[in-house]
Amino acid sequence: MPEPIKMEYDVPGDDFTRAGAASGDVKSVLKKLGLSSEAVRKVAISMYEGEINMVIHGGGGKIYVEITPEAVRMSLVDHGPGIKDISLAMQEGWSTAPESVRNLGFGAGMGLPNMKKYSDHMEIHSVVGEGTTVDMTVQVI
Amino acid sequence: MTIEQMAKALGYEMIGESGTFSREIESVYCCDLLSFVMGRAPAGSAWVTVMGNVNAVAVARLADVACVVFAEGVRPDQDAIEKAGQNEVALLCSPAPVFDTARAIAEAAGL
Repeated sequence: MPEPIKMEYDVPGDDFTRAGAASGDVKSVLKKLGLSSEAVRKVAISMYEGEINMVIHGGGGKIYVEITPEAVRMSLVDHGPGIKDISLAMQEGWSTAPESVRNLGFGAGMGLPNMKKYSDHMEIHSVVGEGTTVDMTVQVI
Repeated sequence: MTIEQMAKALGYEMIGESGTFSREIESVYCCDLLSFVMGRAPAGSAWVTVMGNVNAVAVARLADVACVVFAEGVRPDQDAIEKAGQNEVALLCSPAPVFDTARAIAEAAGL
């Protein structure tokens, strides 16, 4: 049983020029490891949506990635305002993103639904005033 | 049909590294909202948009579309061009509106 590959990223808040850097790096690593293009795409999309949410809403944070022969696990941790109503936030089209963010093409209320759709397992833990942690797993085999 | 063959057939400007234009176009997708693109654009598609910012390039890379086609004469900004070069994302510019661009690509590629 090989040791899992572990990676850790700092995600700066409100920096849209760097948003996606962590997801892009993970995508490159997974391609080099020879994962199927479908698995790579699922990780890239679900992680990017989470990364963008951290930039828009969470004031930045940390992303922890663990790669095993069976799965890619991502844990996205921010200390932002938290999510008041997770079931509402999970609905397509629901968004609290400001106008400035919508002008960039974000804020369509698709982030969390896309994360749910493209990961094989997702859990959200959020406390208002303390922050949000999203754990996602994409099965590789 | 490859991206390069399509660009030459339709007279669209190619921006970026020449090596990125050899991929096959498998479908066409039109949208400007990045999260819709992220969740719904098929891998290998020609994505037609007027959103010429650096985030569009990040979405194109991560959603694994074949290329981004900027319609309506939109030119991507400098950050977007640099990021596309670093990440081997093929960018094209079309003077035509979104629908006409998408239809032209589909017809040229026999989709």
